Amino acid sequence: MLPETTLQPADSQPTAPPGSAEVVLTLEHLSKSFGDNHVLQDFSLDLHRGENVVVLGKSGSGKSVLVKCIIGLLRPDAGRITVLGQDISTLDHEAMDKLRAKLGFLFQSNALYDSMTVRENLLFPLRRQWLADRRGQEKELVQQALEDVGLADTADKMPAELSGGQRKRIALARTLILRPEIILYDEPTTGLDPITAREISALIRQVQQKYQTAAFIISHDMDSVRLVADRVAMLADGRCYAQGTYQELAKHEDPRVNQFFI
Amino acid sequence: MFNSPFLAETGAIVQFVGRFFREGFRPRYEVREFFYQCFVVGYQSLPMVGITGFIMGLVLTLQSRPTMAQFGAESWIPTMVGLTIIREMGPIITALIFAGKIGSSIGAELGSMRVTEQIDAMEVSGTNPFKYLVVTRVLATTLMLPLLTVLADAIGLYASYVGINTQGVTTLALFTNNILSGLTFADVLPAFFKTFFFGFAVGIVGCYKGYYAAKGTAGVGAAANSAVVVSSLLIFILDLLAVQITGLLGFN
Repeated sequence: MLPETTLQPADSQPTAPPGSAEVVLTLEHLSKSFGDNHVLQDFSLDLHRGENVVVLGKSGSGKSVLVKCIIGLLRPDAGRITVLGQDISTLDHEAMDKLRAKLGFLFQSNALYDSMTVRENLLFPLRRQWLADRRGQEKELVQQALEDVGLADTADKMPAELSGGQRKRIALARTLILRPEIILYDEPTTGLDPITAREISALIRQVQQKYQTAAFIISHDMDSVRLVADRVAMLADGRCYAQGTYQELAKHEDPRVNQFFI
Repeated sequence: MFNSPFLAETGAIVQFVGRFFREGFRPRYEVREFFYQCFVVGYQSLPMVGITGFIMGLVLTLQSRPTMAQFGAESWIPTMVGLTIIREMGPIITALIFAGKIGSSIGAELGSMRVTEQIDAMEVSGTNPFKYLVVTRVLATTLMLPLLTVLADAIGLYASYVGINTQGVTTLALFTNNILSGLTFADVLPAFFKTFFFGFAVGIVGCYKGYYAAKGTAGVGAAANSAVVVSSLLIFILDLLAVQITGLLGFN
């Protein structure tokens, strides 16, 4: 299990000041439309090493589209995405696959392979990425990833045998096994009960502290946002409407911003 | 007319086939998954294909016997059954059973993976899901259906031998000799080769329908259903084309 984190609201924790750490992800003037529906329009945001940024927005505001553009599942119509210094629009399939080893993605639906056991789910990305330096260590890495999420005894279970919260943890373990430098979380607490949601929020913090990962988190669960965010960016009208710490946005004068925090 | 969904769908399937040939024969080769799919598609279909082949041969023999007897042509039953099974019934019935069992299961499996974002997860893991899921399955169906057809033909002919012996006595040697004397390579080879195309059709349609399944459980059901319907229809169309081509080549 990861070292226990005393889970405190973000406003009482030291916030990684933007600009003091290396920028690992840059989104510049992103636009994406589906027909007449302009989901993203000139969206820009930076993410720094070791920082948790939460992108907040109403349902249907384009948060999931944004995160799928970053991971390369969707291609933006305009703008540039730079991940760990590489402009992803210039990468071929092979280079993108290598970059994805450093870029974890936790799906909202978990997307566990339901025909495989938990162990096979974890081994799949490990074996596909051909990481020569990790050959022969698969067993240890699987065990370590499962211990990190507190489910060391589930390796031989099928995903269907697990609860919603356990499936979320296993999905996170599958993301962690490649030791990514950036993790993208797509609504990590949606559909979970408040207690499990808090546990997942704590886990996100623990992962950040143990592995110094940067996290780009899509959420509209305000309790979770308060617990995990170093910085909050609000997505509205397809652009980054406002950004700051949780506390700053909670006191924002614009009702479109502060209505989330009431 | 030119905005017809039918034409759009046909165009999309042709593009899908083009992608299969573009990506299917370039590394990285998914050898392990290919052999696993051969096991699933081929080995696990054996009981179904075996039972169907046996019933096909037995029923054909028992139903044709009275008519042949009226003309005093019972001794021609092995030749007639052999030609019928090897040239047409074996390939077409095996392909239709295969479409029902394998086409629907591929459509449902890939459709379910699409709906639950498992295909996206695969891509994020650095795996080309088209190669891993589609190419392996299409190659497996293309190569396994001909083998299953040969097996179904053999079992069907043996069932015919059993059928003949329920109402008379014929030795296996005489039965086999009768069949072989009525067959030429022009009967066997085109019938064998067309099953590669049947297998390809079942695999590509099942994969296409599953890979692009609409969201939701209804999308999975529709993918499985239309995989069977479209691939069965394609099997008949390909069979018709095969008859025309073998006719032009003077094999009929």
